Amino acid sequence: MITSLAVGILWTVASRVPSAVGAPLSSSPSPREGFFAPDFTLDTLDGGRVTLSELRGKIVVVNFWTTWCPPCRTETPALEKAYEQYENSEVLILGVNLTNQDSVSAVESFAREFELTYPLLLDRDGSVGYLYQVNGLPTTYFINREGVIRTVLVGGPMSETFIRSKIEALVKEVK
Amino acid sequence: MFPYLRLGPFILPMASLALLAGLWIGLSLVEREAARLKINAAVLSNVIIYGLLAGVIGARLGYALEFPSVYASNPLSLLALTPTTLSPAMGFVVGLITFAVFVQRKNLPLRPTLDALAPGLAVFMAAAAVSHIFSGDAFGAPANVPWAIRLWNEYRHPTQFYETFIALTIFLVILERFPEPAGAGLNFLLVIVLASASRVFLEAFRGDSVFLPGGFREAQLVALAIMGVGFYWMRNWMNLETT
Repeated sequence: MITSLAVGILWTVASRVPSAVGAPLSSSPSPREGFFAPDFTLDTLDGGRVTLSELRGKIVVVNFWTTWCPPCRTETPALEKAYEQYENSEVLILGVNLTNQDSVSAVESFAREFELTYPLLLDRDGSVGYLYQVNGLPTTYFINREGVIRTVLVGGPMSETFIRSKIEALVKEVK
Repeated sequence: MFPYLRLGPFILPMASLALLAGLWIGLSLVEREAARLKINAAVLSNVIIYGLLAGVIGARLGYALEFPSVYASNPLSLLALTPTTLSPAMGFVVGLITFAVFVQRKNLPLRPTLDALAPGLAVFMAAAAVSHIFSGDAFGAPANVPWAIRLWNEYRHPTQFYETFIALTIFLVILERFPEPAGAGLNFLLVIVLASASRVFLEAFRGDSVFLPGGFREAQLVALAIMGVGFYWMRNWMNLETT
């Protein structure tokens, strides 16, 4: 028993990595928890452009959706409510529409129907959805101020409580 | 890695299905082992289910306590079926306490009862390892070894496969009771010690370790402590058998 424990202690000491303290899991971005969020630039529905990496320092919620996906429709009011609650703060919600599976006119009427005020981004060729390996809709990423993904939720609908609790967890992270 | 199975409008998380299968097989093995050890299998199954239910409730309440203002404004969200709004640590503590209380209330003998859990626990750990193969969690550190797998944009140690192989080996050791336990409770402690030892070993190849000052991996230190406590109790219980 003592030998096994001693071997365990030696192995633990031998496998230390002092340089890894406080470092992210990987410098290469990947769409999963603990990794830097892959960067993208997309047009917004109202004619602007958003680049994710320019939002460093803010908490970003990236929600992939389409107008024809029932859980996307169900969770949209909760996203809008959360956006309104955190408006003018360090929190930003981005709705990335997979426009290659949808249409701009459908997105426009969807935005009017739900009176959406958070930025709606158009992934016209689906390349950002591909980059984020979106397997199902909706898929939502909660990204901290350093650009690291903290939570991924595939499927939905998300409740307002869920969205707020995940945002609050990121707000609590030490700056 | 194969995280989701899409069936029409439904997205089935394969990792969760593997865990459910592990739970189901584990409970069957516990009942079988309980019968062999002449423990009331039905009572033990109920006690396990009470522990699991209490664990889930505790995990949700623990999560809600982290965000009291959010849940206070919508208390019905406590009932939401969202597995990502759980506090695993709180769930574990509440589940364990509930299990212990009911074991005492139902007058189940402690050490044989723990032994009855051993094969179930071992198979559940193997299922957890398989769930990591599906989800890509518990991934390895970047590596140049010939058997490295491409995962999350880098070639990495296939730690999910190492983990599965070791967990299945532990399961076989426990199932076959080899070596034959020298007393009651020791098969259970053997699972705990072997699982901790495997974590100490495997963590060195992981790419998702939490590091502490000095570059120590948190999981290795916790596993070492559990190993030490396991060995201590093993020696105590073996001494009890000989006196």
